[in-house]
Amino acid sequence: MSARGTSTPSGHQPLGISFEQVEKRFGSLVALRKVSLNIRSGEFVALLGPNGAGKSTLLRIAALLMNPSSGQVQFTGAAECRGDSGPQDGGRTREDVKRSIGMVGHSILLYDELSAAENLTLFAELYGLDDVSRRVVGALEACGLASRSRGLVRTFSRGMRQRLAIARALLHGPRLLLLDEPAAGLDRQGHLWMGATLARLRDEGCTVLMSTHARNESVDLATRAVSLLAGRIEEDSGPGGDPRPLLAALRAEA
Amino acid sequence: MTTARAAAILLAKELRLEFRTRELLNATVVFSLIVIVLFSYTFEPTAAESRRYGPGLLWIAFLFAGSLMLHPSFAREQLNDTLDALRMTPVSSFAILLGKMLANFVFLSLSELVLVPVFAVLYNLSLSGVAGRLIIVLILGTSGLVITGTVFSAIAAHARMRELLLPLLLLPILAPLLIAAVEATALLLAEKPALDPTWVTFLGGFDIVFLTASWLLCDFLVEE
Repeated sequence: MSARGTSTPSGHQPLGISFEQVEKRFGSLVALRKVSLNIRSGEFVALLGPNGAGKSTLLRIAALLMNPSSGQVQFTGAAECRGDSGPQDGGRTREDVKRSIGMVGHSILLYDELSAAENLTLFAELYGLDDVSRRVVGALEACGLASRSRGLVRTFSRGMRQRLAIARALLHGPRLLLLDEPAAGLDRQGHLWMGATLARLRDEGCTVLMSTHARNESVDLATRAVSLLAGRIEEDSGPGGDPRPLLAALRAEA
Repeated sequence: MTTARAAAILLAKELRLEFRTRELLNATVVFSLIVIVLFSYTFEPTAAESRRYGPGLLWIAFLFAGSLMLHPSFAREQLNDTLDALRMTPVSSFAILLGKMLANFVFLSLSELVLVPVFAVLYNLSLSGVAGRLIIVLILGTSGLVITGTVFSAIAAHARMRELLLPLLLLPILAPLLIAAVEATALLLAEKPALDPTWVTFLGGFDIVFLTASWLLCDFLVEE
């Protein structure tokens, strides 16, 4: 496996994201309580907190998979655009933001009955990428699954599925990468590959927001740490601050 | 990317998934054949009796087939949260919905390709001379069924008792379509076959109304 294969397109500015007094309720359950967080372009933010803290909810709102119950989410970059507003100019603004976001969620977001290559080809086509075949081959080589390109995803081990899920998220060269516990299920080699990939993306200036509750090599790449508890920001090392004290509190990855 | 192009990509995905597993098609065709065969035991299939009851039984069989087929339409996207993956792409919600509608239309039409000849044989009805006009009625009726069914499949996918909810929601809405389809089919199978423009117009109007409604409401149907 290599850390090459996919990259943030050269010349593209990374995307920042700003949460302003964001609240999210699911019936009587309040998952996020007036969260305000400004993530600048190019930051690598480790989102910390126990289960139920609201990390996944925050990431899903950032991915435009759900709308906040109140508050605003704003995306900042080379072109200002608002992800929370309704379609503007025929919906192009929200589409442009979606093109710039990649996400690795709790689920693998892949079709079990399609092969690895078919899954990546599908999403490459939906993102409107050119030279689809070359990109898919490159992505599979990068994540070490080239020899299993025709294998159905349901035949993959958990680690292989997670690697393919990460490859899918990076396929279109996102400028904002959202990772919800991406190391789950990865073996040692997978960890090293993911760490090298994220290090390359960080150096290229991609904005990364990664949630975790365990220490691993990728977390050490963070330039900022934000700790959530019960839907609120408990601590924030801040842009330009030192995230190490917050990261030190994480238990070591088993 | 245009909506049509995105829908075509998603249609290809749906077809590939279904023809690889054939879970839905096999079960639907077999179940519908059983329904038609069982119905044939309920009365003596003379020409007059068949013309009277046959169209209704045929469309009930299509409705059962459609209900079986439509339920997994969005439910299967919950397996690995693949609907989230589709929603994160820049394709429109309507393209996602349209891709599923087109796929369901193909699957239901394939079932009808098997069911209609079997129906004609079991109920002693001759379709020669009316095949072309019957296809028009089948296309319009099937379109209405899958358009409405796909919309309610999207609604029911998030509900707890979705297997029960889909038919409960769908059947009352489809009643006008079924009446029109049955009447149009009955007139084609009459001694003097005729394609009644009133019923055909009604079917076409039903399809247009619900397709337009799905376009207007697609964001609410597909979002979490």
